[in-house]
Amino acid sequence: MRRIDWRGALLRPQFMALAAVLGINWLLFPGFFDITLQDGRLFGSVIDVLNRGAPVAILAIGMTAVIATKGVDLSVGAVMAIAGAVAAVLVTGGSSAIVAVGAALLVGLLCGLWNGILVTYLEIQPIIATLVLMVAGRGLAQLVTEGSIVTFSDPVLIFIGTGSLFGMPMPIVIAAVLAIGATLIVRKTALGLLIEAVGVNRSAARFSGISSGLLLVVVYTFAGFCAATSGLIVAGDIRGADANNAGLWLELDAILAVVIGGTSLLGGRFSIPMSVVGALIIQAMNTGILISGFSPEFNLVVKSGVIILILVLQAPMTSQWLRKRMSEGKAQ
Amino acid sequence: MSIIKKLALAAGVSALLSSAAYADLSGKVIGFSQIGSESGWRAAETSVTKSEAEKLGIDLKFADAQQKQENQIKAIRGFIAQGVAAILVAPVVSTGWEEVLTEAKEANIPVILLDRGIDAPQDLYLTSVASDQVKEGHVAGDWLVKTVADKDCKIVELQGTVGSSPAINRKKGFEDALAGHANLSIIRSQTGDFTRAKGKEVMEGFLKAEDGGKGICAVYAHNDDMAVGAIQAIKDAGLKPGTDILVVSIDGVPDIFQAFVAGEANATVELTPNMAGPAFAALDAYLTAGTVPEKFIITESKLYTPADDAQGEYDRRKGLGY
Repeated sequence: MRRIDWRGALLRPQFMALAAVLGINWLLFPGFFDITLQDGRLFGSVIDVLNRGAPVAILAIGMTAVIATKGVDLSVGAVMAIAGAVAAVLVTGGSSAIVAVGAALLVGLLCGLWNGILVTYLEIQPIIATLVLMVAGRGLAQLVTEGSIVTFSDPVLIFIGTGSLFGMPMPIVIAAVLAIGATLIVRKTALGLLIEAVGVNRSAARFSGISSGLLLVVVYTFAGFCAATSGLIVAGDIRGADANNAGLWLELDAILAVVIGGTSLLGGRFSIPMSVVGALIIQAMNTGILISGFSPEFNLVVKSGVIILILVLQAPMTSQWLRKRMSEGKAQ
Repeated sequence: MSIIKKLALAAGVSALLSSAAYADLSGKVIGFSQIGSESGWRAAETSVTKSEAEKLGIDLKFADAQQKQENQIKAIRGFIAQGVAAILVAPVVSTGWEEVLTEAKEANIPVILLDRGIDAPQDLYLTSVASDQVKEGHVAGDWLVKTVADKDCKIVELQGTVGSSPAINRKKGFEDALAGHANLSIIRSQTGDFTRAKGKEVMEGFLKAEDGGKGICAVYAHNDDMAVGAIQAIKDAGLKPGTDILVVSIDGVPDIFQAFVAGEANATVELTPNMAGPAFAALDAYLTAGTVPEKFIITESKLYTPADDAQGEYDRRKGLGY
């Protein structure tokens, strides 16, 4: 067993950034950490951060695995729209919720499989291969919904987006289960190591006996599954499938979450929990902007400023400098 | 009821509303270059234009530009080559139309702009049919001013996409209507990007920041979709939308009428999808009597409240493809 250095882990720039953003939110709005019980579910700004951050966190889980193989999946936002559209059209057409959810997840898996095949067997660069589905996928979703917002009143689908388990909103529960499950699977088996090996050098991995092709397909398929799950959540949340807007630009938020989490776009070492923290930093910022009362023209400026700051803090040069300063401090 | 029946019903109702018959346009070929299917409203505009044309016996040539100006220009050139009687265009962007519209003018084909304006010399098109977005905001604001009367009212605003013209104009119109009424004030204003999901998220933030929503008297959303999202957020916070917090928005999409029926929304200002009706009327007068219409035809910004047969309005709109 690896010994976990808790103190070192908590001093990572990501946790410091999250604490800083939450702290600023608290300064802007003193009730930020208040949590009450409303209709049997937890209610408060911190819960909002977790709840609203869940879709991007789930995307980031799949995206982390893809980026660790030196790939990227630009299609996850569009796959969210497709999954939501499929589920909504099926339940409004009279299918049971189980069928609708199953079909939506299956469509997500197929979309991921398609990306995986393009990347692996046709050897198209991931950014181009997934761009195909990013552009065409939203069109597919619009075809499914015929361009309108398909609203539904199915209790199961709505529960996925707005229900709660032991007071905890469902999106948070689903994201937590997926994050913990995926982390255990990659870290308690050799899978994580194999993914990293493929990401560092695909040929070397293949020569050492890893079936890297299959592994890549599995990773992209998993990203598709995560996207479909996210799509079900956002559709359930607004009780409708909005093919034009569901998941729009969220692929970029997911990639950003992974990068903030410290996984390199060049592949190799990755961390799913840190990507989830990355997603929470982004959402804490979004929620903070909403309650701050700034005028909306500042939203993107504030967001980009904070992100640049986090990335600078994370840069090897900065951390080396910080470490040097800290050891000097100790020596005195 | 099948969609076709509903459409027929909708067409019938609007036929009763519009006055004279335009027999002179029957048999004429008219081209319509539509932007694409960017929103439910646009889908409704397309289906209303088609049904209006059918009612008048017009042979409508429909071209979907898939949000690309080059496709619209190609479609217009195609219409000119076919020698159509007139061309309707819902322009995707405001610039770059001089050349192709000059070609239409040289071919003596009148062009009518629908729901958006362009930056081009005014003699290149016959007329432009559009709504007055500032007025839409003004009508919504007037309703709120009248409804709250002398009581104090703190309003939160869900803006459209930052920098978009409906967001700027609908905000301005609403603020104009509130001017001089010190008891009404906008306490928070954020963008919800015209979507349900963002409308809900932003409203959640507002409710938390304003003591669980106790201080909020009304929410003004720049479109109905954001209002629908806000209604869900208000319910999640344990408050009653429509009574605890008034909900007023713009567009008149079917789902807001459903919210009327449920008592969860209070008013909406219709952005009519029937831009083609006035366009055909102007065209008819121009082709038969040579009457040159006004350069800008402004459609009505009608206020709807739950008192206006919400269920009937919902049924009427549902078939229009919103």
